Amino acid sequence: MSASALRLEGHERRLLLLGALAVLCVGVFMTVDAGGRWDFVLPFRARKVATVLLVGYAIAVSTVLFQTVTENRVLTPAIMGFDTLYVLLQTCLLFFLGSRTVASLDPRLLFAVEVAVMVLFSAVLHRWLFEGRGRSIHLLLLTGVVLGVLFRSLSTFLQRVIAPGEFAFLEDRFFASFNNPDPDLLAVSALMTVGASVLGLRLLHACDVLGLGRDVAISLGVDHRRTVSRLLAVVAVLVSVSTALVGPVTFFGLLVANLAHGLVRSHRHVHVLPAAVFLAVIGLLGGQLVLERVFSFGANLRVIIEFLGGLMFITLLMRGALR
Amino acid sequence: MPTRSPDSPLLPEPAFALPGPRGPLPLLALAGLGVLVLAGTSLLIGVSRVSWDALLAPAEHPRALQVLVISRVPRTLALVLAGMSLGVAGLIMQMLARNRFVEPFTAGTAESASLGLLVVTLLAPGIPILARTAVAAGFSMAGTALFLLILRRIPLRSALVVPVVGLVLGAIFDAATTFFAYRFSLLQSLMAWTTGDFSSVLRGRYELLWGAFVLTVLAYVVADRFTVAGMGEAFTTNLGLSHPRIVALGLAIVAMVTAVVVATVGMIPFIGLVVPNVVSLIVGDNARRAIPWVAVLGAGFVLLCDVVGRVVRQPYEIPVGTVAGVVGSLVFLHLLFRRDSRVG
Repeated sequence: MSASALRLEGHERRLLLLGALAVLCVGVFMTVDAGGRWDFVLPFRARKVATVLLVGYAIAVSTVLFQTVTENRVLTPAIMGFDTLYVLLQTCLLFFLGSRTVASLDPRLLFAVEVAVMVLFSAVLHRWLFEGRGRSIHLLLLTGVVLGVLFRSLSTFLQRVIAPGEFAFLEDRFFASFNNPDPDLLAVSALMTVGASVLGLRLLHACDVLGLGRDVAISLGVDHRRTVSRLLAVVAVLVSVSTALVGPVTFFGLLVANLAHGLVRSHRHVHVLPAAVFLAVIGLLGGQLVLERVFSFGANLRVIIEFLGGLMFITLLMRGALR
Repeated sequence: MPTRSPDSPLLPEPAFALPGPRGPLPLLALAGLGVLVLAGTSLLIGVSRVSWDALLAPAEHPRALQVLVISRVPRTLALVLAGMSLGVAGLIMQMLARNRFVEPFTAGTAESASLGLLVVTLLAPGIPILARTAVAAGFSMAGTALFLLILRRIPLRSALVVPVVGLVLGAIFDAATTFFAYRFSLLQSLMAWTTGDFSSVLRGRYELLWGAFVLTVLAYVVADRFTVAGMGEAFTTNLGLSHPRIVALGLAIVAMVTAVVVATVGMIPFIGLVVPNVVSLIVGDNARRAIPWVAVLGAGFVLLCDVVGRVVRQPYEIPVGTVAGVVGSLVFLHLLFRRDSRVG
């Protein structure tokens, strides 16, 4: 084998580095301060890590794909109100059916129905907003943000109306935190994620072409409308998964996707997607480690992520990313 | 979409010509009457029964009178004062930022006020309420100034990006607030502060809102300056006025009003946005003419949200802030797309 075959391109080297760092994070997280109780510590932490991996994957991939579809680096599914819609859906379901009915339903069926509604919503939103003539990106952004506020207020409204016991059920069921993942929900989520990924994998090359812009993609022979709808379906599944597992995280995807684009400096999704996933895992696990071990702060990572992600969003706007 | 200069104020034209120089006064009187009816309704609903005949013969119903004086009247007054002052604060902000979509909730003002409240609770828990509010006002002024500073640095400023920046800035303040609230186990109190809720308003607990009323009156006195500032910096300077000074005055009024409202009842989103926008359709963009309208309709909007929140799930109630969030965001979306269909 010649030396040139072993020489890696710049972006490949950076990708490997990110991957190694992510693995390191997982390793340290699993083993640090175990105190010898391996039989207890390992399975307990493994579940935590699995949740983090799933959530990180779902957020990173959904954001990168969404940005490709919308041809914009500032939009994320979360900013467009997708995750608050998921919460609203959950609340509506409980409100109209009651906790007993919801509990008696098969969680997989329930999840599938919810995702179907999400997909429907994303299709409508897409037709209505992205294909409307003369609609500016700013209008889109503002609409998304306000829809988010609307969904959130509506959920709060319904949550106030339902009885406190029912509300506790809702919280319990749909917002498992990183610390206490529900094995059932985790399994269903993993299943959905794999399914969506298989569908997405076949669209990977089309994604690269979509990144060139709508008109170019069409002239290169991509069925734009169909590809975009499918990609949005994948996004909807992934957003549902991540929201079901940890609740809405508005700016994390933005942070990860933009860092990935900046670090890998490649336009191919084969490079950008894994980089974003690695960064998400590093951010979540590494952040958790630093918080817990260095500052002994406990699980309050989401708030910090929101803070940093919000700063990044404003920086992007100031740099003129909306042009 | 036609191109426009980045500073274009985007003020929509009034929907119809004004009958006379002072605007449609009979209409204003009618709106005022509507608000009075709402206020009357607000006085009468609640767990403890208070009816008109009880009030007409107070000697026979001492308890009804007590409920009225201690709880109902203060509550209704608080609603009216908060609605009036928040509406006017929104109007001033829209003129200063020259943008139709700005208000204390979409510019980080309200969130920075609650950050200030949290800080003062942590550092000086025993401090009198007036001082607490002063600190909150300082924070909200700094937050709003930061918002205006960021706006200046954003290239190709579109009218629609402005509220997005404000909402995100608000989210950042909110994250910081939540972080410290979580650290010091104040998350629950924080929730109570930040949702606009009038259920705990009693005599002796809302009087600070009269301060917001005084500020609103002050805004009316200097209204013409805000109208001028709304025409742009060059125009203002041309007339021999100091634009920075007007902006500072406006900011001070808005920040203090927001801080007072947040400190006493919590955040009520979108009033400052929805009400001035509706009013500009009726009477146009002269601040002196608009302020009475904004005050009346702002009070009406908050009263309506409160009545709805109290009736939907008796005997429990849904906070005004939540109802206003739902109604306000729907109206906001409507305004967005109505404008868009006309421009694009």
